Amino acid sequence: MDAIVKIENLRAEYGGAVPKVALQGLNLTVNAGEVFGFLGPNGAGKTTTMNVLLGFVNATSGTAQLFGVDVRQPIARQRIGYLPELTYYYKFLTAEEILRFYAKIFGIAKSEIESCIDAVLKLVELDHARKRQIKTYSKGMQQRVGLAQALINNPDLLILDEPTSGLDPIGRMQVRQIILRLKNEGKTVFFSSHELGEVETVCDRVAILAGGELKAEGSVSDLTQKYNAPLEQTFLKIIGYK
Amino acid sequence: MKGYMKGKSKKAKGKKPDQSVAVSLFAFCLLPFAFCLPPMNSVLAIANVTVKELYRRKDFYVLFVLSALIILVAGAANFFNDDKIVRYLKELCLLLIWISALVIAVTTAARQIPAEREQRTIFPLLAKPVTRGQVIAGKFLGCWLATGLALVMFYVFLAVVSGSREHAWPLLNYFQAAWLQWMFLGVVIAMAVLGSIVFAAPSSNSTILLIVVVGILLLGGHLNQVALEQAEPMRSVTYTIYFLIPHLEWFDVRDLVVHDQGLIAWWAVAAASAYALIYTVFFLFAAWVAFRRKALNT
Repeated sequence: MDAIVKIENLRAEYGGAVPKVALQGLNLTVNAGEVFGFLGPNGAGKTTTMNVLLGFVNATSGTAQLFGVDVRQPIARQRIGYLPELTYYYKFLTAEEILRFYAKIFGIAKSEIESCIDAVLKLVELDHARKRQIKTYSKGMQQRVGLAQALINNPDLLILDEPTSGLDPIGRMQVRQIILRLKNEGKTVFFSSHELGEVETVCDRVAILAGGELKAEGSVSDLTQKYNAPLEQTFLKIIGYK
Repeated sequence: MKGYMKGKSKKAKGKKPDQSVAVSLFAFCLLPFAFCLPPMNSVLAIANVTVKELYRRKDFYVLFVLSALIILVAGAANFFNDDKIVRYLKELCLLLIWISALVIAVTTAARQIPAEREQRTIFPLLAKPVTRGQVIAGKFLGCWLATGLALVMFYVFLAVVSGSREHAWPLLNYFQAAWLQWMFLGVVIAMAVLGSIVFAAPSSNSTILLIVVVGILLLGGHLNQVALEQAEPMRSVTYTIYFLIPHLEWFDVRDLVVHDQGLIAWWAVAAASAYALIYTVFFLFAAWVAFRRKALNT
């Protein structure tokens, strides 16, 4: 299988006189077409891993590649979509304008931009509010704009940082449906979450991080069988919670 | 710029100005962008959002309306039946244009990168195939174009107000004054973008930059004379500062417009534009170097 995400011996430290080790010796591979769940307690290094993959943070040592391209190259991000945990968008723009902005950055042809915008706005059910400024949106609507911008370039890899965080049950269900739909289309999804039920429903494989180290990796069924417990208990055992 | 005058007003007015030079000047200014066309998509998209932000924030309208009100009130007055009142009107109008444009440029440019970081919009942006250099270039271009639009509005207003009083339309003089002011603002915006990466708060960046710019405008041209009156090593230090700082006062041609001194030689305008371009590129390069090492506070 083709490796879409490949991380080898990754180490990341945050500055200061005494550097804090956020990640050490991380090895991870996500294959094409997989929905990969990235689990761990707060401070485990999930967001740091995503930040390295997205080029926000430089690794201290080791390598990280997307589609076989070093993540430090901007072109590595051409075929990905990213949804941050919270909505960080230009609130003075309308949904349509923000999608047009990102479409231009991806270099989508002018003739295709409008049809791409229409398609993603329909997918996230924001067609009716496309001309309203984002500052007038509810939190759920803002999260859906986030999802729309992550899909505007029809990405082959979707990186989602706690995509259902703060959403109501309907919002969660919609996000889950979108993830499953992308999976059926053969897309690769790499997402971090604290919602173990959700992970169990949609993920082909998971990785569990604690203290900046990879503690376990495999399919949900393999892990639950190995630890002979439901996923929540398995998770707690793996991270060493007593 | 006063030293490069073609001649007094009557002589200059007698010549038919070569308008193709103005077009060439504009093309010259866009030349650096022609060399990096492929990444311009992202730069232009970021610039477009920056311009949209400015006209949706309404700061500009407040400044414009205030300036327009002051000018209209002053323009309506007729002190001591002085028929040269229009000169005072122009002087006031140009002073307000300079202050307003400077405030718009500095405050807009100073908050761009800090706002991106504070509101964390930088993360979805940099998660796209965009480099930090393109972000810097886009922010600069957006602020520069936005202030350019503001200048067009201000100068059209100046032309209408002064033209209605003196029934003369020295449009090329206004074009030169606006163009040079735009070049000046390019340097100032590049300095503000650099400052926005070095200083933590936009307010401290704006304050420091305004002091530096006003200081250069008032004292920059006299530093060499100050140096002459000093003993070593202060003389060398002052001379070094004199030769290093961007001489922003060269771009202030308000007196020439107010006193109808005719057109500035186009080659001098081109030379001043090139001078501004060099400093702008230098400050943007420094901003890029600083920004690429900067942690994004994830």
